[in-house]
Amino acid sequence: MSLTTTTLDEQLDDDAPITVAVETGAFRRSTNPRRSKTRGEQIIAIVGALGLIGMVFTVWLGLWITPPDEFMGNLVRLLYVHPAIAWVMYLAYGGAFLSSLAYLWRRTRSPKWDRLAGSFAEVGVVFTGLTLVTGSIWGRPTWGAWWTWDPLLTTTALLFVLYLGYLAVRRIPGDPEVCARRSAIAALVAFVDVPICYFSVLWWRSLHQAPTVDDPINGKTYIHGSMAWTLLLSFVALTLVFSWLVAQRYRLYNLAALEEEQGLSYALDERRSEGAESTVGGNVMSGTSS
Amino acid sequence: MLRDALLVAGKDLRIELRSRVAIGQVVPFALVVLLLFGLALGPSVGRGSVLYSAAAGLFWIAVLLATVLGVQRSFSIEAVDGASDGLRLSGLDPAGIFLGKAAAIGCELLVLELILALASALLYDRPLTGAVLLLATCAVATVGLVAIGTLYGAVSLGARQRETLLPLLFFPMVAPLLLAATKSWEEAYGTSGHQGTGWLDVLAVFAVAYLAIGTVAFGPLLEDA
Repeated sequence: MSLTTTTLDEQLDDDAPITVAVETGAFRRSTNPRRSKTRGEQIIAIVGALGLIGMVFTVWLGLWITPPDEFMGNLVRLLYVHPAIAWVMYLAYGGAFLSSLAYLWRRTRSPKWDRLAGSFAEVGVVFTGLTLVTGSIWGRPTWGAWWTWDPLLTTTALLFVLYLGYLAVRRIPGDPEVCARRSAIAALVAFVDVPICYFSVLWWRSLHQAPTVDDPINGKTYIHGSMAWTLLLSFVALTLVFSWLVAQRYRLYNLAALEEEQGLSYALDERRSEGAESTVGGNVMSGTSS
Repeated sequence: MLRDALLVAGKDLRIELRSRVAIGQVVPFALVVLLLFGLALGPSVGRGSVLYSAAAGLFWIAVLLATVLGVQRSFSIEAVDGASDGLRLSGLDPAGIFLGKAAAIGCELLVLELILALASALLYDRPLTGAVLLLATCAVATVGLVAIGTLYGAVSLGARQRETLLPLLFFPMVAPLLLAATKSWEEAYGTSGHQGTGWLDVLAVFAVAYLAIGTVAFGPLLEDA
């Protein structure tokens, strides 16, 4: 069996694969950084820039401008980012939950919800890690321990591993639709577990020992002036950074899906044109007629 | 639905009776775990020792580890010889399949818990007081365990990395259950200083929630696998 080998350029001259050439061209264009941006991408770029500026100002205000706290001293500076990071974490898991729900709902079923859920969860896991780390760094000098079995802490740690599991489920290879449905169900189940975790640990602690840790919010009741503004700014800035990250991850999912789709259709067309040429040339494939 | 569940549970239990994997491998494994706990935390036993005060927790950890093996076994029999295709083509109600598989694992698990409870009483010198609450805890906790186990067994059915994926998904999920079951046992032992069935409520909430989710979600999951 003699197969004619064709180069890419030869194929592009043919009539049949022109659509492929156009599609791959579009694909190349969408990854080209120098092309003009669409409206959505402009918004994302603006959000990213605002987030960056917000973070710079948060750091500047938090580390240099605001005074040290009366009771906590310089430790209070960590409180400018920690609550905002935790807030973003909840935002991310809420987003993943709602997107998964939208995917499972038949009327709104679309791969974009699945990709959005994945983007939310992935960013959420990063911010959960950051919540745990910043919380520990704050807890060590304040409470004298890196870790306490506080309901919030324990639930956050469980959230971290729960959603690592969810991301592992997302990575199971297979048919995209099958994977999406499986992931959506896993996300829903994980989300349902969160309140159960919280209340069971709360109960566990209240039965066992009186809380040894004072309410960490206490320090914040005094907050005013530059401190309050810094805290508010950190919430806004981190929410912007979060939106930018989710948008970028979402774009990456879309590009990966596009690559998979068009990579396959490109290969199929290549094979088809090979088959067509070999029938015309050597009459090898007797079954096919063009 | 219930008839389908009975059929599937009967099938799984018949396979177990003929292959004896749960009784021949999972139960000895759980006993080994109990022995290892003894080696790690012993050798002193009796009132005041680590083993004595941790007996309830160690028992439930051993049960959790064994549950993963039970679930894996239950779904590995579906993964070979196109059994899952057969199950899908059989026309059985997916909710029935879910309940049936969960019930079969639950039966095996209850037998295992009975053996383990006796073994832990012997090994850790911890008499099984408050037998009614102990048994009630076992029953309710087992429902929750097998519900979530069966659901995640189906989630990871198609995955080639099933062996490593299932524990990662399963253990964080059952953390509240471990907490509640352990505390409930300690109440039964009378060491927690708290009498009542409070933790049974948590276990019941968990069991009902995951039975409900599993019954609804199993259909779409099975279509995929």
